[in-house]
Amino acid sequence: MRALVWHGANDIRCDTVPDPEIEHPRDAIIKVTTCAICGSDLHLHDNFMPGMEKGDIVGHEFMGEVMEVGSEAKSALKVGERVVVPFTIWCGECDQCKRGNYSVCERSNRNKALADKVFGHTTAGLFGYTHLTGGYAGGQAEYVRVPMADRTHIKIPGGLTDEQVLFLGDIFPTGWQAAAQCDIQPTDTVAIWGCGPVGQMTIRSAILLGAKQVIAIDRVPERLAMAKAGGAITINFEEESVVERLNELTGGKGPEKCIDAVGMEAHATATLDSMYDRAKQALMLESDRAHVLREMIYVCRPAGTLSIPGVYGGLIDKLPFGMAMNKGLTWRMGQTHVNRWTDDLLNRIQEGQIDPSFVITHTVPLDQGPEMYKTFRDKRDGCIKVVLKP
Amino acid sequence: MAYYDRSSAGDNLARGLGWFSIGLGVAELMAGRSIARWMGMEDKTNLIRAYGVREITAGVGLLALGDPKPWIWSRIAGDAVDMATLAAGMEDNPRAGNARIAFGAVMATTVLDVVCVQKLHREEAYHRSLPVPDYSGRSGFPRPVSAMRGAASDAPIGQDMRTPRILQFQPAQSQAASS
Repeated sequence: MRALVWHGANDIRCDTVPDPEIEHPRDAIIKVTTCAICGSDLHLHDNFMPGMEKGDIVGHEFMGEVMEVGSEAKSALKVGERVVVPFTIWCGECDQCKRGNYSVCERSNRNKALADKVFGHTTAGLFGYTHLTGGYAGGQAEYVRVPMADRTHIKIPGGLTDEQVLFLGDIFPTGWQAAAQCDIQPTDTVAIWGCGPVGQMTIRSAILLGAKQVIAIDRVPERLAMAKAGGAITINFEEESVVERLNELTGGKGPEKCIDAVGMEAHATATLDSMYDRAKQALMLESDRAHVLREMIYVCRPAGTLSIPGVYGGLIDKLPFGMAMNKGLTWRMGQTHVNRWTDDLLNRIQEGQIDPSFVITHTVPLDQGPEMYKTFRDKRDGCIKVVLKP
Repeated sequence: MAYYDRSSAGDNLARGLGWFSIGLGVAELMAGRSIARWMGMEDKTNLIRAYGVREITAGVGLLALGDPKPWIWSRIAGDAVDMATLAAGMEDNPRAGNARIAFGAVMATTVLDVVCVQKLHREEAYHRSLPVPDYSGRSGFPRPVSAMRGAASDAPIGQDMRTPRILQFQPAQSQAASS
């Protein structure tokens, strides 16, 4: 089969690789009909995420048709069914899964021993990501093996297009959880850093959850235009001071809820601290650029909440933790507990409350994926979200 | 917003110059005395080391800090300073021949820098000439935003995702009264 394969920094290729096979009775094989490039795939492409190996198949946002089902998954899945696959693999049986904390499933990471050493305790297995999270083959491919498939799926009813439901696997519930864990009140101002795909979903989620005011921060004009269309007041950080503008919009008090939809690769040249981070990153003295976190801590209203769906990979320097502590900020973060939200979100899509396909700007065949990684990374051609058709 | 393409010909040349900057900078920093002696300019040893720091900074900027144009311009300015220093150091210099060789090498890299920056500006002009897509109609909602605000306020969100009541902002008076 054809698949997008990681070969090193800035080197993802469309290769021919062996077809996946059932390895465990709980597995299923999915024929991928539609997949997408996620912003967090760029961290792999740019080689900022430790634990990748040459030959890894990437991609964790995908859907398709069930082709084959292992004996222990047959009660939950049937051949021919249409499913979106959540990027977090979950067993449904461990203590964390029983609590709905699927992204920290205690059993789905097959490299648990390694993760225990690095993270202290393992988190869930993820598709197409670092070997710290299991090193499972990803879904930017014609076929994919889904472990624990009796749990790790979202069944899609007829009448909905792939484009409408694909993002249930990652960015829609990620944006939703980012907003939900802020416990948005009708009087809240929610400031969202980053108008990429997750940022766009977060903006819509915050509006649906009833925020009084949603403010989106970015520098790319077309992304800001899309954010504005979704109901956000926009701040272009290259044209105006984020701190001054946020204070102006909140009567000098600061936003009650701040959401980081940027993560470890904050724009490298906008501020002195991010240039410092980028230089340290290049010298391998730091792994993550934390400008957004620093700014959120500074501008957030005391006793406010910071929500962090943006992906971080390791070590951060110069984080003003004293400021955060003294302001009594609440931190909410983590990978998304995808299936916790998807029944509700699927209903909302079916009811027509939201159509997540608004974010798609490019649709291309799978073999054009490597070039689209670069287009997406460089924000060329108005690129916000790339969908691939295997 | 600065436009640049990290896989373009101009960017590849800029990265090459970035590595060159770092190599030259390390050499000037570590072997400043030897370089100065070779050019007959021993009194400029510390200055050459300072130029080494400048080169390393430009190299890190070119390799790691996004848009390479400002860093290539900084290299061109640095080239001018280097040439001025070398020109001034040729008078009464028994090793003026070596200084002239160094001057020629700086001139050659200046040509490369100028070619590079021209390429980068041409590429930016090309990107800017492309039509900007209009996403102003992409709300994702079936109705105006004002009608959608709060449409999911009844969403099932677990208690573990809720803010403790004492930390909620609304309404301040009744919070105090109820706590």
